Amino acid sequence: MIVLPCPWCGPRNVTEFHSLGEVVDRPDPRTATRSEWRTYLYLRNNPAGRVHERWFHRAGCRRFFDAERDTRDNTVFSTWRLGREETGTGVEA
Amino acid sequence: MTRRQARPGPTRADKPRTRVSGYSAAALVRQGLRSTPGWERAWGSHDLRDRYEVVIIGGGLHGLATAYYLASRHGITDVAVLDKGYLGGGGSGRNTAIARSNYLTPEGVAFYDRSLNLYENLAAELNFNIMFSQRGHLTLAHSDASLRTMRWRAEVNKVQGVDSEVIDPDDIKNLAPALDVSDEPRYPVLGALYHPPGGIIRHDAVVWGYARASDLYGVHLHQGTEVVGIDTGHGKVTGVQTSRGRISTGTVVNCTAGWSTLINDMVGVRTPIVTAPLQAAVTEPVKPFLDPVVVSGTLHVYVSQTARGELVFGASVDPFAQYSMRGSLDFIEGLAGHVLELMPGLSKMRVLRQWAGLCDMTPDYSPIMGPTGVEGFHVDIGWGTYGFKAGPVAGEQMALLIADGKPPALIEPFGLDRFLSGELVGEKGAASVGH
Repeated sequence: MIVLPCPWCGPRNVTEFHSLGEVVDRPDPRTATRSEWRTYLYLRNNPAGRVHERWFHRAGCRRFFDAERDTRDNTVFSTWRLGREETGTGVEA
Repeated sequence: MTRRQARPGPTRADKPRTRVSGYSAAALVRQGLRSTPGWERAWGSHDLRDRYEVVIIGGGLHGLATAYYLASRHGITDVAVLDKGYLGGGGSGRNTAIARSNYLTPEGVAFYDRSLNLYENLAAELNFNIMFSQRGHLTLAHSDASLRTMRWRAEVNKVQGVDSEVIDPDDIKNLAPALDVSDEPRYPVLGALYHPPGGIIRHDAVVWGYARASDLYGVHLHQGTEVVGIDTGHGKVTGVQTSRGRISTGTVVNCTAGWSTLINDMVGVRTPIVTAPLQAAVTEPVKPFLDPVVVSGTLHVYVSQTARGELVFGASVDPFAQYSMRGSLDFIEGLAGHVLELMPGLSKMRVLRQWAGLCDMTPDYSPIMGPTGVEGFHVDIGWGTYGFKAGPVAGEQMALLIADGKPPALIEPFGLDRFLSGELVGEKGAASVGH
């Protein structure tokens, strides 16, 4: 079982979470061309290795956070709250 | 109750130009009478040449089928198939061996039905018993919404001449008495989409049959040969770097699954693929009791009984991107619970083993086939959870693409450019857990 540390709730089973996949830069929808927008929607790097991705604690605090994980062996390097630069496993409230 | 409709017989194009010989009843008797049977190796090994007309990356079902149809239909035999492991060791040997063509979109139905047609004649064409058992395929509906999708699929299928019909719980009970169709379970069975031509095939035999036939045509099969780079110049493919040396070539086909992104990265082609494992399991063998293949999208499970008597279970893909093929306990627990909900009588059966295979998922649950932005670099990827059933047609169409230089009509809708033009081929309703 893979354990993912939620920055608010601490380490929990991965079955509590919903993965939103790797984080991609979102173009400004007012100025983006169709092809830029579809590139954002669909194209992915899908790396075999470290990936920066977004998760949702569906069966927990129901908050979003970011994580850095290795897709080859599911090592979680760090998780952090959105909009914050700080990284860490953040078990404090 | 539905009746099995007569399927159209093989057309002229289905007939191979030459027969693959060597295996026959007479040969079996001859070898059986010898104290040590003297069967020749089914395919040979060769030195790596420094030049091939076509290099196919990935020695699984899709790569070997492409090589076979290139050689047998188009006379292109200067072909190398490279695999970093052994033939059929990836998705081709890990899938749950189900074939069917009851898809949702007209593009999907036409494509998979062609594949089923090829499978029906494949054992004769390859002179290799692929053990295709057309035992029928049931997709269960546990809600009004899924019953509506089944009805939709049945009508799309019928218009295109595919035998497919919605049946009620009594008919389901007749086809598969072990299923609990009462209103007792949490998700009672309300009906099913019944697809008589669907069934199961021995997946290893398909790989071996194609490998042996390609070898007889002069294709070089290189196992244990990893591709480490692809050379390009002026937007064109010029060669392939492998762990055994460099090959110059003008045509490269990416027929890998699981690792397709890593191969695409070598030439800078970006795709929407996300890789995730799909887990499956097999039980101890028991007497035959389950005739059709049974699929439940709501319960995320599909079940079939092999010729040996084992039950093969599969699930949906794991819910996040991974290149890891480790099985998990929560998967097998969930799977067992769902299977028991369908067939409570199996509670004493033991699971022998579980495994996982990598699936390259696309946003619309359809594959990506055809040319890319790099001249001479073709892809046959993104096969998600439906690559096995499409193997023959994918090989046939990729071979046609290479021989003609332009995508044939059957695979035109599956081009990589559809994601930027927005013309997706949405097959989620028929492909996810619909094996």
